[in-house]
Amino acid sequence: MSATAETVEQVKSISGEKYKYGFVTDIAADKAPKGLSEDIVRFISAKKREPEWLLEWRLKAYRRWLEMPEPQWSKVQFPPIDYQQYHYYSAPKSDDDRPKSLDEVDPELLATYEKLGIPIKEQEVLAGVAVDYVFDSVSVATTFKKKLEEVGVIFCPISEALERCPDLVRKYLGTVVPVADNKHACLNSAVFTDGSFVYIPPGVKCPMELSTYFRINEMNTGQFERTLIVADKGSYVSYLEGCTAPMRDENQLHAAVVELVALDDAEIKYSTVQNWYPGDEDGKGGIYNFVTKRGACRGRNSKISWTQVETGSAITWKYPSCILQGDNSVGEFYSIAITNNAQQADTGTKMIHLGKNTTSRIISKGISAGKSDQTYRGLVKISPKAEGARNYTQCDSLLIGDKCGAHTVPYIESKNKNAIVEHEATTSTISEDQLFYLRQRGIPEEAAVALVVNGFCREVLQQLPMEFAVEAQKLVGISLEGSVG
Amino acid sequence: MLEIKDLHATVQGKEILKGVNLIIEPGEVHAIMGPNGSGKSTLSYVLAGRDGYEVTGGRIIYEGEDLTELDPEERAAKGIFLAFQYPVEIPGVPNSTFLNEAVNAVRRYRGEDELDKIQFVKMLRAKTKELNMSDEMLKRAVNVGFSGGEKKRNEVLQMAVLEPKLSILDETDSGLDIDALKIVSDGVNALRAPDRSSLVITHYQRLLDYIVPDKVHVLARGRIQKTGGKELALELEKNGYADYAGEEAA
Amino acid sequence: MTAVSFLEGGLDANRALPGDGLDWLKKRRDKGAEKFGALGLPTPKLESWKYTRLRPLDDNTYTPVLDGAGDASVKDLPSVGDVAGRLVFVNGKLREDLSDVSDLPEGVRFGPLDEILKDDPAWAEAHLGVVAQDADQAMLALNDAMMDSGFVLHVQKGVVLRKPVEVVMVGGMTDQPVAYFPRNLIVIEPNAQATLVKHHVGRGVGAYFANAATEIDVADGAIFKNYKVQAESMQATHVSTTHARVGRDATFESFNLSIGGLLSRSEAWITLAGEGAHCGFNGAYMMRGNEHCDNTSYIDMAVPNTTCKQVYKGVLDDAARAVFQGKIHVARDAQKADGRMLNKTLLLSNEAEIDTKPELEIYADDVQCAHGATTGQLDQTALFYLRSRGIPEALARNMLVQSFLGDALDEITDAHVREVFMDRVVHWLPAHCYLAGEWKESA
Ligand SMILES: Nc1ncnc2c1ncn2[C@@H]1O[C@H](COP(=O)(O)OP(=O)(O)OP(=O)(O)O)[C@@H](O)[C@H]1O
Ligand SMILES: [Mg+2]
Repeated sequence: MSATAETVEQVKSISGEKYKYGFVTDIAADKAPKGLSEDIVRFISAKKREPEWLLEWRLKAYRRWLEMPEPQWSKVQFPPIDYQQYHYYSAPKSDDDRPKSLDEVDPELLATYEKLGIPIKEQEVLAGVAVDYVFDSVSVATTFKKKLEEVGVIFCPISEALERCPDLVRKYLGTVVPVADNKHACLNSAVFTDGSFVYIPPGVKCPMELSTYFRINEMNTGQFERTLIVADKGSYVSYLEGCTAPMRDENQLHAAVVELVALDDAEIKYSTVQNWYPGDEDGKGGIYNFVTKRGACRGRNSKISWTQVETGSAITWKYPSCILQGDNSVGEFYSIAITNNAQQADTGTKMIHLGKNTTSRIISKGISAGKSDQTYRGLVKISPKAEGARNYTQCDSLLIGDKCGAHTVPYIESKNKNAIVEHEATTSTISEDQLFYLRQRGIPEEAAVALVVNGFCREVLQQLPMEFAVEAQKLVGISLEGSVG
Repeated sequence: MLEIKDLHATVQGKEILKGVNLIIEPGEVHAIMGPNGSGKSTLSYVLAGRDGYEVTGGRIIYEGEDLTELDPEERAAKGIFLAFQYPVEIPGVPNSTFLNEAVNAVRRYRGEDELDKIQFVKMLRAKTKELNMSDEMLKRAVNVGFSGGEKKRNEVLQMAVLEPKLSILDETDSGLDIDALKIVSDGVNALRAPDRSSLVITHYQRLLDYIVPDKVHVLARGRIQKTGGKELALELEKNGYADYAGEEAA
Repeated sequence: MTAVSFLEGGLDANRALPGDGLDWLKKRRDKGAEKFGALGLPTPKLESWKYTRLRPLDDNTYTPVLDGAGDASVKDLPSVGDVAGRLVFVNGKLREDLSDVSDLPEGVRFGPLDEILKDDPAWAEAHLGVVAQDADQAMLALNDAMMDSGFVLHVQKGVVLRKPVEVVMVGGMTDQPVAYFPRNLIVIEPNAQATLVKHHVGRGVGAYFANAATEIDVADGAIFKNYKVQAESMQATHVSTTHARVGRDATFESFNLSIGGLLSRSEAWITLAGEGAHCGFNGAYMMRGNEHCDNTSYIDMAVPNTTCKQVYKGVLDDAARAVFQGKIHVARDAQKADGRMLNKTLLLSNEAEIDTKPELEIYADDVQCAHGATTGQLDQTALFYLRSRGIPEALARNMLVQSFLGDALDEITDAHVREVFMDRVVHWLPAHCYLAGEWKESA
């Protein structure tokens, strides 16, 4: 059954309730009308056949959202968002609307895929081409799925999880990022359409990176993704979100929420490679990426590690954070952010030390080029009870060209004398000496810049799962194209 | 191979080279000596095409072609190699990655096939062994945390790997112990061939015991003041540069 | 007006103020009052006041000082010794009996603000409010409106003042809480040099509120060193707003030693306005009890080839709290900027708190900028090492604290002042064994 047909089926099954929405829509329509209202929220919930509690939860979020002010403190600038101009529910595109073949896809996009060495079939998926043959990778995914089920790992769309294990979802959803955490997260709570749910049972080490699967199957999660990962006692999971090739997408506003929960002795490694469309040279048409990501180290000796490579989007606003609640828990944040042309990024992390002997480590590498503007914003907070807590932060910025900006805004708040917080930051440019040295050895200027930048980012690249490290490295070079000379 | 004609060059508006003339035939090794600040490194940078070193007069003909307008990487691809007096540190970039990039960039430029990883590593290992360097140095970031001597050896390793036609060694012997000096010299001598040439900048005659030059030049006050055989080096070692100091001789 | 409930009589207390009768000054005061009325007292809602709340101003009503408040007898005032001139203010009133400016060299003017307003109003008009121009600073606006004391230091072109000049501001010893509003104007003309030492001390009991504003113009090629010891009483609220402009090839050096005050906030805005300008902006803070000390600075590297270095170190005991907010801004095209910032704090108690925010905002690429911040406790290994050599723990602690702060004090380029300040540091330490020298002799 095609996705559209499936949606139609679903909506048909909640027959008789249509009138409640207060707007007339063809039941077969795969889009809600433009705009946001309580009715739209009800519509989304109904389309997804959600339990009553979730609808209530969404509505509560929606009402809070109406009152909440836009966050004003970041350095990114954009005209006020007209929330009424978006569609908040849109089923996967029907094949008729998609490009028929790669010939119809923006050649620049394809050129990038080419450079990254993405296989043709995968290129078609990324570019949203209507394809009807079965991928090898889909069957691969099925094999994966079987393997995961064997060890009891639940890994499925969050809407499916609501049917398979509603209690688990209900127990953890919104407990790390509360409904009204910030305006963007609040909007997500009201209108999220899908995303992933992961549950790793006690003592299980997830047998594979939950990444390959995701890459092929979870592309169309829409603009308001919601991800929830729960690692039960003593378990381990490595999750990779995103895609190393730029994603074609017509949605301008992305407000995703990711919640991680690690119980005693559990570890979650979450890696992101974000390369959404940055817009044209002036940033026109690019994605607004407003993401709330937070992990709670609830258990003793638990660990959450965020690694991100951010090269896309017109505007990035995200601060993957860790709440270090359990004693001896560990939080890590490794980040590379590259902005070029007119991109703006305000990104960083928060490490909230609550438990004893909690440690955190922040390594942030920012590269600004073109006319772009980038800010590292970080908070390290040591509560009075966090005896023996430790934080180390290293935060380096590299500027390429004299029209860009790089800013570092760390907040350090310590209320415990046995805690040690160390923060270091530098800002500089690629030295002319280095470039000349590399060029003297025959390496062309752009490649030399990419090499130096890759070296600059190395500490973070090393944190990425192997297969993505290589692509991410290429991405660094591609992102900086046209920034020298 | 190389012909420098009445070369004038300025750095930050200051004229450093004031009419250098020099001809190096294929297969020859030339040495340049001269007091500190006389312009030796400047000459090497000008030959390699460093930004900010402006040629204000004269010509540099290399294998029949005027180099002046070429980028540093194009000159490198044409076989010009400069061993830096002060090798540059590049944090986070492993030595082997850097060499691989360099070798393949040069090969691409020449229209040759790139070496695959295995071929490259094999070649690199062999060269490393010849130069008595440890493999561990290949994994470390380029020149970062290297001792003075290690940096110089690393320059020679790069030279051995890139097999240039014209090698310019700017005080590669400074800071080397006797054993290292021998290794470096062996590296240079190994490249000696009828179609390759070297320009060796040094302050010490002792290097020239190992790398025997065809000609020795004295560069002072922006010009070649005297040219001779290797006996000139001995003479300089004895008398210093006093003869070449003071105002323009003539 | 609710915005000034903390002031008896609000902003227009009926009293004689310096420069009464000067039209331009009246305008300035009115404008300040209007602006303060609009802004109100700063609250933690403002990013630059995130960590500091002027709570004592909620709890007290202060009376702007009237005649008589400065008459108390004061003894044993701090001094760096041999100085070129000295001004003493008690609760904002000049004490001629304790001041001495009779021996100033040619080309140096150093006296109370009201005297300059009387003697040379044209010069005052040309300089007052030129460097301090920020539109959003409520506390500066308040000072604009209320300025009632303060001093002027004016060093003419090329004049080199060999000895420091000194200002002592004493607060306290009044029946009810008082407020005073010093306005200080410092003009160092091209190629001139001067050193100023300011002592702020509290005496007796009683709350007081000092809201100072200082304007500093360091002209091309000039050198100005500005040293301050803030040893206010445990009931004092000390707010100071400084604006400085540093010209081409000029040097501005500042050290702020904060060792006392219930609540203190020192805010500085420094513009490196000429190529080759350098600024050394340093300080140390030692707080105990319930004291709260806030150092906030904004250094604007506005043109190419400027340098700045900032070192702030502090020690916090009991339930004391310190705030450090430093921002280095490198303007577009201000290439070759070299900016360094370091903030380190030791927490000696579990109730102490440090909030630090070292910020870089950079719009030029060919720069070298860095900042660092650490918080933590005394190095336990070092402590153990010293004790294992027989040094009593209390003394060992003091030695370590002293050496920790010493790094900051080393930034003081005037050797004599550095020594005097170090002495103040040593005397702040727990009393039982504070002098390493004494210990050496007795052991
Ligand atoms: N970037 C620069 N800016 C200004 N002057 C420069 C620059 N580079 C070189 N010079 C000057 O040019 C002159 C020649 O320098 P160069 O490094 O070529 O000397 P050298 O002969 O190699 O000396 P040494 O034996 O000490 O290596 C010196 O006076 C040096 O100070
Ligand atoms: Mg040299």
